[in-house]
Amino acid sequence: MVNYFLSEEQQMIVDVARQITAEKIIPQRVELDEKEEFPTEILQDIAQADLFGLYIPEEYGGFGGGSFDMVLALEEFARGCVGIATSFAASALGAYPILISGSEELKQKYMPVIASGEKWAAFGLTEANAGSDASGIQTTAVLDGDEWVLNGTKQWITNAGDAKIYSVIAITDRSKGPRGASMFVVEDGDPGFSYGPKEKKLGIRASSTRELIFKDCRIPKDRLIGRQGTGFFTVMKTLDLSRPGIASLGVGLGQGALDEAVLYAKQRVQFGKPVMAFQAVQHILADMAIQLEASRALVYAAARHIDSGVKDVSKPSSMCKVMATDMAMKVTTDAVQILAGHGYMREYPVEKMMRDAKILQIYEGTNQIQRNVIGQALNKEYSRS
Amino acid sequence: MKIIVCVKQVPDAKDVRLDPKTNTLAREGVESIMNPFDRHALEAAVVLKEQYGGTVTAITMGPPQAEDTLRDAVACGADDGVLVSDRAFAGADTWATSYTLAKAVEKLGPFDLILCGKQAIDGDTAQVGPGLAQRLDIPYVAYARKITECVDGVIRLERLMDDGYDEIEMEMPALMTVVKEINEPRVPSLKGKMKSKKMQATVLTAADIGADTECLGLQGSTTQVVKVFSPQFSAEKCMLTGTVDEQVEQLLDKLEELL
Repeated sequence: MVNYFLSEEQQMIVDVARQITAEKIIPQRVELDEKEEFPTEILQDIAQADLFGLYIPEEYGGFGGGSFDMVLALEEFARGCVGIATSFAASALGAYPILISGSEELKQKYMPVIASGEKWAAFGLTEANAGSDASGIQTTAVLDGDEWVLNGTKQWITNAGDAKIYSVIAITDRSKGPRGASMFVVEDGDPGFSYGPKEKKLGIRASSTRELIFKDCRIPKDRLIGRQGTGFFTVMKTLDLSRPGIASLGVGLGQGALDEAVLYAKQRVQFGKPVMAFQAVQHILADMAIQLEASRALVYAAARHIDSGVKDVSKPSSMCKVMATDMAMKVTTDAVQILAGHGYMREYPVEKMMRDAKILQIYEGTNQIQRNVIGQALNKEYSRS
Repeated sequence: MKIIVCVKQVPDAKDVRLDPKTNTLAREGVESIMNPFDRHALEAAVVLKEQYGGTVTAITMGPPQAEDTLRDAVACGADDGVLVSDRAFAGADTWATSYTLAKAVEKLGPFDLILCGKQAIDGDTAQVGPGLAQRLDIPYVAYARKITECVDGVIRLERLMDDGYDEIEMEMPALMTVVKEINEPRVPSLKGKMKSKKMQATVLTAADIGADTECLGLQGSTTQVVKVFSPQFSAEKCMLTGTVDEQVEQLLDKLEELL
C-alpha cells in the first residue's frame, strides 16, 4: 500500500468507514443486492458514526471536512458495496446545491438534519430528454404569489422515494437559455410531488432509483436555491465537487475486486500449483494493481486540489472520474476472469462488482461527457497566451 | 444512572496460536481486540445512557496496553476509562480477578449497574461477572438477552435459557452479564474516535485500590494452569468385510482389544 501521508483525522475517517464496511456492509451486501433492498439500517449506522456530516461545515452540525475526507470514506464503503456507497453519496449530491448556493436560512434548515443523517437528500437533474444534454430540461417552475409551482418529471433519480430532501433543477425562464434554469428544494410530502415505481437495474441494486413527478407541485417561495437563473451554475459546481466521490467509488470497487482476485489466485490450484504461480495470471493481477494505484493517486490529488480552494476544478475533477471508473470496469472484469467459472457465479462477489462497475462510467456525467469537459478545459488553457 | 462496563482485551480469535514451547497463547504479533461479548455489554450500557441519562465508565484489568481497549470503549460511547494495572495482578485467575475488580469498583464509589459480557473468548470461564457481583454483595443476572426497562431503581430484563427465557426484575445496584443476542454493537463514531484519542484513562494500582497483596495475581489465585494443549484426535477407520457372522466376530475381537 502506498503511503499517502494521511493526517491522524483522515486515518480515523478511514478506520471508521472500514469498520462499517467490514461489520455492516459486507455481511449484508449479497442479500440487499438480491432483494434490491434499500440499505436503511446501514445508512443509520453510517449516520450514527457521524459520517453523513463529513463534508458539512461545523456551524451546521457537520464535521467540516472537505472533498478528500469524503473520498476516503466513499472508497472504503465502495470496497464493500457500490450500491450502498451510492445511496450514501447521493445524499451529499443532494446537499451540495444548498451548500454551494443556498441562502443562510436554507442551510440552517436543511444542513443539520442532513449532517446528522436524520434525513437523506437527493439530486434531481436528469429527465427523459435531458441527460448528457442538460439544456433539454422540460420541468418548469412558475412563481404564483408566494409559491413556486413545479411541473415535469425527473428520471433515474438515486435515493428517490427514500430521501426526504430533493434539490431539483427546473426552467424558470426559457427565453434566457442557460440562464433560465433555477434550483429548488422540494420536500417529501409537498403537495403535487410523487414518485414513479422503483427501477430494475443491472447493478447497484441496493440503491433505489425512481422518477420524481411534479404535478402542480406547490412549494414556498423561499425554497429557491440561490438567485433565479443560477440553476446551471449550481449544477456544474455540484458535479465538480461530487465527481471525485464517484471516482473514489471506482477506486474502492477496484480494490475490492483486486483483493478477491489475488486471494483466489493464491488458493486455486491447477496443474499442481496455485494459479498465482503462473505469469499469465500474475501479469493480469499486476496490471490491475498498477491501474488501481494510479487511479487512487489521481483521485487523491484531485480531491486535495479541490480542497486547496482554487476556483476552477472541472478538469482534474473530470480526469479522476474518467480514469478511476474506466479502471473499475476493467479491473472488475479482469477479476471475474481470474476467478473464471467461480467468478461468474453469484456465490462469489466479483460478478456483482462487475455489474456495479458499469454505472460508474455512466452516472454523474458519462465518461464521454467528462472527456468533453477536459477537452474544453485544454482548449481554454492553451488559448490564454 | 452510573453504569460501569467491564471490558477485557483479548487476542483476536481469527488468529489464535499456541506457543508450542510454553503451551500458552502466543500473543506476539497477534492483534488485540475488545472481547466481542464486552462490545455487547458496552452497547447495552450506551443505549441505557441514551434512554435514561447518566454516565458509562469502562473498566479493565490488564497490562498498560489494555488502555487501547478503553479507547475503543470511549470511541463507542463510554464517557471515561479506568485501567486497573499493576505487576502484582499478573497471573490472576477468575478468583483473584474478581477480587481485584471489586476493590477497584469500590474505589470508584457508588454505581447503579455493572455490565459484563457473558464470558471472554480467551479464557471462556464466564466466572468474572458473577464473581464480581458476589464480591460486591449485589444481585446479578447472567446471560441477559434484553433490557425491558429501568425505572425507580429496578431493572427489568430477560435472561436467555436453553429452553426459552426468564423475565426478571432486579433491584439496583446490580450486575448483569449479557449474551450477543441483546443488541448489535455500533461501530465507533468519528467524534467518539477523536474523543478517545485525547482520553486519559484513570490508572489504579494495587496500592490505589487498597488491595491485600496476598489476594492478587498468581499468589491470590486458587487455580493454576498446569498445561495447555490442543487435544490430538486420532480417529482410525477400519472396514470389516466378509459375511455378517464373520464381521460380528471381527467386531467383537476389535472391541476386546480396546477394552
